[in-house]
Amino acid sequence: MTGTLPLDTVAAAPATTTHLPRLALTEQTEEPQRVRVGASLDDRLSIAGATVGGIGMGILLAGALGVIGWGWMPIVSYAWFVGIYASLTFLGHSGPAVVDRFWSVLLRSAAVVVVASLGIVVVYTLLRGWPVLKDVFAFAPHKNPLHFWLTDMSGVGPLSGLDTGGILYAVIGTLEQIGIALVITVPLGVTSAIFLAIVGGRYARVVRTLVEAMTALPSVVAGLFIYAVIILSFTHQDNGFAAALAISVLMLPIMIRSADVALRLVPGNLREAGLALGASQWSTVWRVILPTMRSGLTTAIILATAHGIGETAPVLLTSGVTSVTNFDPFHNAQTSLPLAALEFIESGRNTLIARGYATAATLLAVVLILFVLARLIGGQEAGKVSAGRLRRLARTSRATLRRVRASGHARNLAAAAGRDPDAPLDPLSAFDQLITEDDA
Amino acid sequence: MTTIKTHGATALPDYPEAGADDARPRILTQALERVDHTFRGVVTGSGTVVVMVMGLVAVFLTVRSVQALGTEGVGAFLTTQDWSPETGHFGIAAILTGTVLIALVALAIAFPLSVATALFITQLAGDRGSRLLTTVVDLMAAVPSVVYGIWGLSFLEPVVVPFARWLSTWFGWIPLFAVPNPDAANPLPNDALYTSSTFVAGLVVGLMIVPIMTSIMRESFARAPQGEREGAFALGATRWGMIRTVVLPFGRGGVIGGTMLGMGRALGETIAIYLIISPIFQFNFHILSRGTNSIAALIALRYGEASGVTLSALMAAGLALFVLTMIVNFSASAIIARSRSGADAEA
Repeated sequence: MTGTLPLDTVAAAPATTTHLPRLALTEQTEEPQRVRVGASLDDRLSIAGATVGGIGMGILLAGALGVIGWGWMPIVSYAWFVGIYASLTFLGHSGPAVVDRFWSVLLRSAAVVVVASLGIVVVYTLLRGWPVLKDVFAFAPHKNPLHFWLTDMSGVGPLSGLDTGGILYAVIGTLEQIGIALVITVPLGVTSAIFLAIVGGRYARVVRTLVEAMTALPSVVAGLFIYAVIILSFTHQDNGFAAALAISVLMLPIMIRSADVALRLVPGNLREAGLALGASQWSTVWRVILPTMRSGLTTAIILATAHGIGETAPVLLTSGVTSVTNFDPFHNAQTSLPLAALEFIESGRNTLIARGYATAATLLAVVLILFVLARLIGGQEAGKVSAGRLRRLARTSRATLRRVRASGHARNLAAAAGRDPDAPLDPLSAFDQLITEDDA
Repeated sequence: MTTIKTHGATALPDYPEAGADDARPRILTQALERVDHTFRGVVTGSGTVVVMVMGLVAVFLTVRSVQALGTEGVGAFLTTQDWSPETGHFGIAAILTGTVLIALVALAIAFPLSVATALFITQLAGDRGSRLLTTVVDLMAAVPSVVYGIWGLSFLEPVVVPFARWLSTWFGWIPLFAVPNPDAANPLPNDALYTSSTFVAGLVVGLMIVPIMTSIMRESFARAPQGEREGAFALGATRWGMIRTVVLPFGRGGVIGGTMLGMGRALGETIAIYLIISPIFQFNFHILSRGTNSIAALIALRYGEASGVTLSALMAAGLALFVLTMIVNFSASAIIARSRSGADAEA
């Protein structure tokens, strides 16, 4: 069969050639969503009216009449809003519709509460840390705008101003501890995920169950375990390495689970194609599965890192508390960001609390960046490649083709088939043309 | 997997004939090369290392707690309220009760929130809305617990205390909401009585477990079969009617499993509780009143002074927490796994 045959002529080819009927099928178009329940104008106006009515009633009761405190105003307004809206719906619709609208409102409210609570947590942390964070935007001539992240707390008393002292020691602690934890968890986690997803078998199912149970391991128990095993038995002092080990215990299951899920998304036919070409299981994994799931694995690693950076309880038990910079993770206390935030807040002094919130804001920012990164990378579909990567792939393919051409074997084959050995190889001709054009 | 056949203009869903839907992956047989044996050995080895870490935690906690449990006996350990290992009089009765109470309060907050959010994401929100909300919920799961803890301590507690006082004033006749005033000379309600309570801790922990519960429930609600959903609409059901009769029954396993997973997380939560509560070592079923305890917070609070029996006692408490969370978690995964059809039990 010739590879250059257009697909739509396959069905019309003579009976002696192989038919590939599946290729001739028209692609199935995705059906539009069949059920659409939209809101009518009446509905939308009812919601607007009920909102105004609810808020008005809240203001009336709280402000004008003073029956309730202002703290109750949102709750009372909300109750009135739901009541008014239900009554308005009842005017124009029957019982089931009223129930439907009522529950729709409640479901929407729950989503709003969830989003709002995250928003409040983030905004509150930023606001309380603002006295420290505002220096970033101060543009004072003789001041480093990033001094909070570039100095440590040594020699800074509780009464010192916010323009001195910083969390360099905690930044270094977090970087080193997460670094060590990644060195431990990435190889272990990725290979375990490969074991679960690719090797499989009954033992793998047992391991998977245990890994899932391990995600629920209370973080403080992991910390206690490392505290007793490493610190009490060997090092006899708090250190960053023990903290890194404790974090690793908690990061491992997260990484394995999401990497396992990602690896199982590899299309089976890719695997089968690799094996059908005679590749060993190892080369299929190394050359087909891992490159395909690169984005999924990266996401797994980043998500585990985001969770690991925020772990506080195990670090509290293992790393010790200090406010001076310690580069050595194996000796002496080495505080990380979450622990520094905790210590600042617990100190109870205003300047230190502001630093604590600024530390927490730093932590939030780091987690947010990691999260967005994971989304961006993980957002790509399995096997879909970026333009740059496509170019690199084409370059590799060209090199391979040159190697194949240069090898005498291919030339001999072509000569034996009665063709010009220097002509492009036939089965590859379309592809060959494509990439040689790109070469020029 | 339901595919759509088109006959002219009408789209007829292709319902699985008997047995036609039992698609199984092909079994690949292959001859393993030497490099494959090494490869399989290495990855199996890593799997074993992970299992060993888990096993080590369990074994180590057990071995280390033998000393404490030996001096007092398991029965006394489970029924004593006090915590003074130095005098050999300690137990987790009160602490365990506190842990479970906080988790229950957390569930009372998180359960309606997560069911409703998961329903909103899968049934009400449009394509973009549901993707956005899923991201927000996942992000919520990644917010460090210390951030929730300090937020709960300095923002939420002052906001909630007046509400707690109101609740106990009007519903104090329910023993759960009663707040006994220990100071007979000052009968006026004192805000300090309502701080550092089970309720406040449970509220913060509740927010923290919303994401995990929501994502499990969202997955199971999204699996509600399209055919049945459209059938309900075709029979004239409203959207809520469809949710009540199709989505909720199909997602029941996910709801129960997600709730139990959330409970497991709530039991093991440390830093937020450690920051908020004021630890006491006696039963306190009045969730609005000051003072409660949890195993995880106790460990975080006491590990520093621990050595010998004291440490062993903490290990025993840790073991109890470990066993409790594992029981909750394994039942949860069993329920979730059983609620899925056999074909995608692995997904």
